[in-house]
Amino acid sequence: MIDYLTMILTAAGLFFFFATTLGLLRFPDFYSRMHAAGKGDTLSSLLILSGLALYHLHDPSTANILVAAKILFILVFIFMASPTATHAIIDAGYQSEVKPWTRADDGEGDDDLAV
Amino acid sequence: MNGFFIGAGVILCLLMLLALYRTVVGPTIIDRMMGATVIGTKTTILLVIIGTIYGRVEMFVDIALAYAMLNFIVTIAASRYFTHHKNITGAGFGVFGRVPKRRPKK
Amino acid sequence: MYFISTTLILFAFWLVLSGKFDLFHLALGAISSLVVAWMSSDLLFFEQNKKGRTGEALRFLAYIPWLVAEIFKSTIHVAWLALHPAMRERIDPRIVTFKTRLKSDVARAALANSITLTPGTITVRVEEDVFTVHALSDKTAAGLPGGMEERIARIFREEAA
Repeated sequence: MIDYLTMILTAAGLFFFFATTLGLLRFPDFYSRMHAAGKGDTLSSLLILSGLALYHLHDPSTANILVAAKILFILVFIFMASPTATHAIIDAGYQSEVKPWTRADDGEGDDDLAV
Repeated sequence: MNGFFIGAGVILCLLMLLALYRTVVGPTIIDRMMGATVIGTKTTILLVIIGTIYGRVEMFVDIALAYAMLNFIVTIAASRYFTHHKNITGAGFGVFGRVPKRRPKK
Repeated sequence: MYFISTTLILFAFWLVLSGKFDLFHLALGAISSLVVAWMSSDLLFFEQNKKGRTGEALRFLAYIPWLVAEIFKSTIHVAWLALHPAMRERIDPRIVTFKTRLKSDVARAALANSITLTPGTITVRVEEDVFTVHALSDKTAAGLPGGMEERIARIFREEAA
């Protein structure tokens, strides 16, 4: 039972990882790529790591509970660190005056290497 | 269950390759940094999965924790370093450091 | 008071990380968390003369489920955009600025992180009370700051201007 729950959570996390990594390749400029990178990482880590924590709580012994607690700690850390890192990177780009893509630029291949 | 975890790990590695495209091609330094951060998050999860496969998760989870913290600190330090950077496309550095050619306006 | 709570948090952290419960390791953990708390108990809890810290923490815990729901929505939104074949017609990115009425640094940081985690918006920069936000479309830009500022003002008991 718990095995199936872990499978579902991990598969969902992998799907979101796939979608946002594709977004990292497809979005037209740096700012919108950051949307994909920052948000996808947070939710996919949440899904996969909670699935793994459940899997290790399968037979609760002291060692397994400690492992699950550590996985939860990684989760909380990613939860706090990911928005902060996103903010730091996007601020660095803004300060270095990376030009944002707007709809008016469409079709000029302004920022990307004509992918 | 082990087969499922191995499959998940392989898929994560393939996704890392996709993110590596953004890291290598750029076009700006900030884009490369973003790709590296995404790869780092995936590595954290991959470490926990590897630990589960080998049955040594109590060891690998510590490594994953340290890796997550290191990844965060590296991201913060690099983004502080590249704030107000003049040569943001990294022009002239390395094979992939060339500036993308702009198509002329119609 | 803050010294004791810092020590307790550090000691709980030690217990989770070491995973050994014999006397030697417990004593080592107690000594090291006391020393670290003595050196840096003013780093974990700043603004130490503030009242009502416990209620604030409890209300913040009640805020987290809403935030998780928002993260689900925003990731589904971004994933849908990323997989959409005609993605470039769907987005209309823009950078907007607005002023917040939140006063304390903690409340502003919470608002910035919440904006980053809600659909279609990312905080670019916070200078005093001016927020610079990158939005993926005009619809998401119109929803700023929305109900989030209200919620955070309620959590940190700040006066609505």
